[in-house]
Amino acid sequence: MAIVFDGTRESYVGGLSEFLDSGQKDVPEWVTALRREAISGFAKLGFPTLSDEEWRFTNLEALRRGSFSIAENGISGVSEKSVDSCGFPGLDCLRLVFVNGRFATSLSDAGDAGEGILVKSLSEAISEHGDLVREHLARYADYEKDAFISLNTSYFEDGIFVYVPDGTVLEKPVHVLHVSTDEGSPLFINPRNLIIVGQSSVAKVIEHYVAASQSVYFSNAVTEVVCGENANLEHYRLEFESRKAFNFSTLRVNQQKNSNIASHSILCGGAIVRNNVHPVLAGEGCNSDIYGLFISEGRQHMDNFMRVEHASPHCDSRQFYNGVLDGRSKGVFHGRILVHEGAEKTDAKQTNRNLLLSDTAQIDTKPQLEIYNDDVKCTHGATIGQMDEEALFYLRSRGISMRQAKIIMLRAFTGETLEHMSIDSVREALEGVVMKWFEQRLQNGKRG
Amino acid sequence: MLEVKNLHVQVDDKEILKGMDITVAPGEVHSIMGPNGSGKSTLAQVLAGKEAYEVTEGEVTFQGKDLLDLEPEERACEGIFLAFQYPVEIPGVANTYLLREALNAKREYRDEKPLKHVEFAKLAREKMKTLGIDEDLLKRSVNAGFSGGEKKRNEIFQMQILEPALAVLDETDSGLDIDALKIVANGVNSMRDSGRSFIVITHYQRLLNYIVPDFVHVMVDGKIVRSGGKELAHELEEKGYAEF
Repeated sequence: MAIVFDGTRESYVGGLSEFLDSGQKDVPEWVTALRREAISGFAKLGFPTLSDEEWRFTNLEALRRGSFSIAENGISGVSEKSVDSCGFPGLDCLRLVFVNGRFATSLSDAGDAGEGILVKSLSEAISEHGDLVREHLARYADYEKDAFISLNTSYFEDGIFVYVPDGTVLEKPVHVLHVSTDEGSPLFINPRNLIIVGQSSVAKVIEHYVAASQSVYFSNAVTEVVCGENANLEHYRLEFESRKAFNFSTLRVNQQKNSNIASHSILCGGAIVRNNVHPVLAGEGCNSDIYGLFISEGRQHMDNFMRVEHASPHCDSRQFYNGVLDGRSKGVFHGRILVHEGAEKTDAKQTNRNLLLSDTAQIDTKPQLEIYNDDVKCTHGATIGQMDEEALFYLRSRGISMRQAKIIMLRAFTGETLEHMSIDSVREALEGVVMKWFEQRLQNGKRG
Repeated sequence: MLEVKNLHVQVDDKEILKGMDITVAPGEVHSIMGPNGSGKSTLAQVLAGKEAYEVTEGEVTFQGKDLLDLEPEERACEGIFLAFQYPVEIPGVANTYLLREALNAKREYRDEKPLKHVEFAKLAREKMKTLGIDEDLLKRSVNAGFSGGEKKRNEIFQMQILEPALAVLDETDSGLDIDALKIVANGVNSMRDSGRSFIVITHYQRLLNYIVPDFVHVMVDGKIVRSGGKELAHELEEKGYAEF
């Protein structure tokens, strides 16, 4: 019997015992205890509503009305070939594949990551390296204050585990492919990822979410990142979920002294999408570069929620988020910068630029600075506009067709965020996806 | 080359050109002078195909074709080039990219093979040398953060690459110091030949010391009120536009 959640708070809270009885018998007691404790957050909070300040632009009524279940079957219907087609041409990487939140061993190739490095599924890591996982899992993503983190912590089945010991370079990027399939009824999927980069170590991780079919499901991913002193991590979150999916995700980063992260979020799929990016610059001298690009059409809804927390002195953060919206889609950019007492010499900058391709697309952009300290530099800026007619005319007056001029303009706009990706093959693949998306928009006509 | 007959143009229901006539033969340089608001820039933009301007009457023939029938990009491919009074900044689009796209669009229009990267780079370097333009400018975004002089020089650079049959220079001299003015003028003069024509729109006679026109036209209130040779420019310099 599948465990079914009918949308009510009770079903998500009550379903846990059944979940624990069904497939979670071999897991260590501490994990079970964690799951039980974590559900208290959701029991208290339930799904957020529009009256919740952090959710005022995103209506979850449809999610509350939806019925979802945890997949009964294992991995099926995903071929090696279809997985290969999600790869990045020419990229030499380690690949781990998860189908509906479960590890697909046969489709994965974690290869030899290097001396002392662990790249494996979280469930394997829990049984093989319990103490290491326990030291970090659920220590950063707060299940008491966030309903979705609570659900994920209680119901996660699997995800990626990356551990790079001190002073080590993970040479190959890790490509983590999460595939959702159509299992007949809407699934509830909770990918859980944990990435630990040791002191002065380097890693690149690409989280990639795709759908094998355009079905309805509720995907709720949480990734915790621990970035040790002087460590360097580049993280990608590429979201190409089903156009009917409810898609929630949280990236929670804990940065120690002098560490450096670059985070890239590309949102393209999903019906209702919420992407939380929450780095805490916990040690002195950290740097966080957070880039995002969301493209939406039809009735897609994409909510980008940033919370950049400066907790120590001399840290820099940069947020560059661009949105391209067509049709009747809606976008949200909520950029919160929180500078704690004592975080002197903070330098935080935030930019959100939005390009509306139709008269009916809509964007709400909301910067929010919360500063408990005098000695800081914080700036923010947001723009919303159509494609620049003057620039289009200028290009056309040089002989470039209207269509090509628009493509050039869009490429420039999306390039502002994509150009910061250090993995060329990923960037090029995404440029291709964005261009294809845009060419389809142009073909659909109205703006000839 | 170009024949403009009784051209009436309005924008936002306000008539700006009120019966404009001008005929430009191959190889000629025409200068249009006139006070602010006389419609000089409107003429330039209309020739380039700006949609905001509505042609209510008259005709424009370019090399035997009805110019008003053509899209802006078709006009460019047919050989019209407008050096903008205010070149547009396009962040994120490299100058070199724009130029290569433009040149290859034109070549494609003429059923010629597109230029390869190397060939284009060679061509661009040659032209840059004569205009004293830094190679660095090629990599920068189109006009973004350029000084006024750099923008105008960039327009001339584009003109040199695209080799139009008719170039319309809309106050390309405005705001230039004398050195930049000479560079711009040299850029134009080096392209003068029996098959190529220029319309030089300017406010000041100064430019015409360096680009010597065959004809000077005075434009006031949407039409040409007087035409003459290059000496007319000197007369205007002395007397101003008051008598018109």
